[in-house]
Amino acid sequence: MSDAYVVGVDMIKFGRFPDQTVPQIGSQSALLALDDCGLTIQDMEALYCGNLGQASGMVGQRILQEIGQTGIPVVNVSNACATGATAFREAWASVKAGLYDIVLAVGVEQMGKGLLGGAGGATGIPKEGLLGSGTMPAVFAEAGMEHSSKYGTTFEQFAKVSVKNHHHSTMNPKAMYQIETPLDTVMNAEMISYPNTKLMCSVNVDGSAAAVIASEAKAKELGLMNRAIKVRASVLTSDPWQERDLVMPDVNSCTRKAVAAAYEMAGLGPDDIDLVELHDCFATAEILHYENLGLCGDGEAGRMIDDGEVALGGRVPVNVSGGLLSKGHPLGATGIANIYEVSTHLRGEAGERQVQGARIGLTHVIGLGSACGIHILEKA
Amino acid sequence: MSAQPLPAVSYLKLPEDGDPYLEGHKCGSCGATFLGERTVCSKCSARDQMSAVTLPTTGNLYSYSIVHRSFPGIDVPYISAIVDLDDGTAIKGNLINIDPDPEKIEFGMPVEVVFDDALGRKDRDGNSYIAYFFQPKV
Ligand SMILES: [Zn+2]
Repeated sequence: MSDAYVVGVDMIKFGRFPDQTVPQIGSQSALLALDDCGLTIQDMEALYCGNLGQASGMVGQRILQEIGQTGIPVVNVSNACATGATAFREAWASVKAGLYDIVLAVGVEQMGKGLLGGAGGATGIPKEGLLGSGTMPAVFAEAGMEHSSKYGTTFEQFAKVSVKNHHHSTMNPKAMYQIETPLDTVMNAEMISYPNTKLMCSVNVDGSAAAVIASEAKAKELGLMNRAIKVRASVLTSDPWQERDLVMPDVNSCTRKAVAAAYEMAGLGPDDIDLVELHDCFATAEILHYENLGLCGDGEAGRMIDDGEVALGGRVPVNVSGGLLSKGHPLGATGIANIYEVSTHLRGEAGERQVQGARIGLTHVIGLGSACGIHILEKA
Repeated sequence: MSAQPLPAVSYLKLPEDGDPYLEGHKCGSCGATFLGERTVCSKCSARDQMSAVTLPTTGNLYSYSIVHRSFPGIDVPYISAIVDLDDGTAIKGNLINIDPDPEKIEFGMPVEVVFDDALGRKDRDGNSYIAYFFQPKV
């Protein structure tokens, strides 16, 4: 099988666009990604579209109604917060399989404000606050506190993740926020679900991101290899059985299973990775994933954030985009926005936040319930 | 409307002639225990090996969060807790009768399951409910 390459990729600046429709938001990044490689929708052989909020609403077709109804096959994908990565992976797989030579993947979301998760059942009485909490801040707080119990990880260490990612996003004009949040500001922000304060929860924003994926032959034919990004690995897992996972969603084992497969597919290991965009839906989650992705040994994540190894300029910078905590988290777009960020560094086009000499990068998303999507990318 | 309170979840049983209890379903093939009825085991995929078991009323706190912001109408703060019951079954619920303060809550602390009214919550038809809670074991 020939390799598949990202030849065009982009995202819109994340924000709040209540006056636009979901297809309008999605079509903007689709056009940007096409512009990035100098192509049009007429050149695309298929569209893979990720969206959660209107999962039954034929969003992909409605994007084509905005930018060009060429009659190509459209697949609409929904996979919680792994939706964008899943759409990208389906697009990648279709090229790898030789079904198409060049395809478009789009991830898009329009978010409401407020808490996610915890919806009550259709019958009986609401269970939220009666049998614990199903809200996302609480679920990820419990996952973080499991780490505290095992390794003594502190509230302050979790908070430092948010300080770092907010700092990174001051250098990212496409992030929702460009503001520094010092440690005391993060720790003294409104407590949502201990140990996650409001500044340790991802930002609900609207956004979209898109990628054009081509076979090697097609990328060469179009003269697009000099900025092309090779997909070294694409892996998707669901949550394997764990003793507590039906009451305590487990983001660890599906990540570990996915990254092991991804390193094997790429023939690489964690020491080869120059930068990582991982799923920091909450500050507590980021700490867990340093270990899950093999960036450090088990129990070393607290030290890693203390020592600055994961900051820009450190050994393996994590979430240089600002992450979900500050760039924002439009659920269906996140998995492709991460691929845009890593690709931009591999192309040496990331400006002030450029990870110097970046050659190989890794993206990771988790959809609770659960799905883990991992991609390893390399400058062609 | 039912004259008697109803169970808040299907795995809470309210026998007419005895104390409330939590019911698990245990796989005869691999021993995994689940809350709620099922016929297939999600650990080992065995079919038709499930049997009902009465779950223990004591266990240990595995993890928790102190919830300060929830949906409208829900009293905060409260402690959302994951408990490992003594037979290894994991269960989630509110930890009560302890300050919602990380300084006071210890990982692994022994807890017991207690049954009480479901915080006054009633369904559309006015039925009352019984729920389970965890509290520190003395
Ligand atoms: Zn079994």
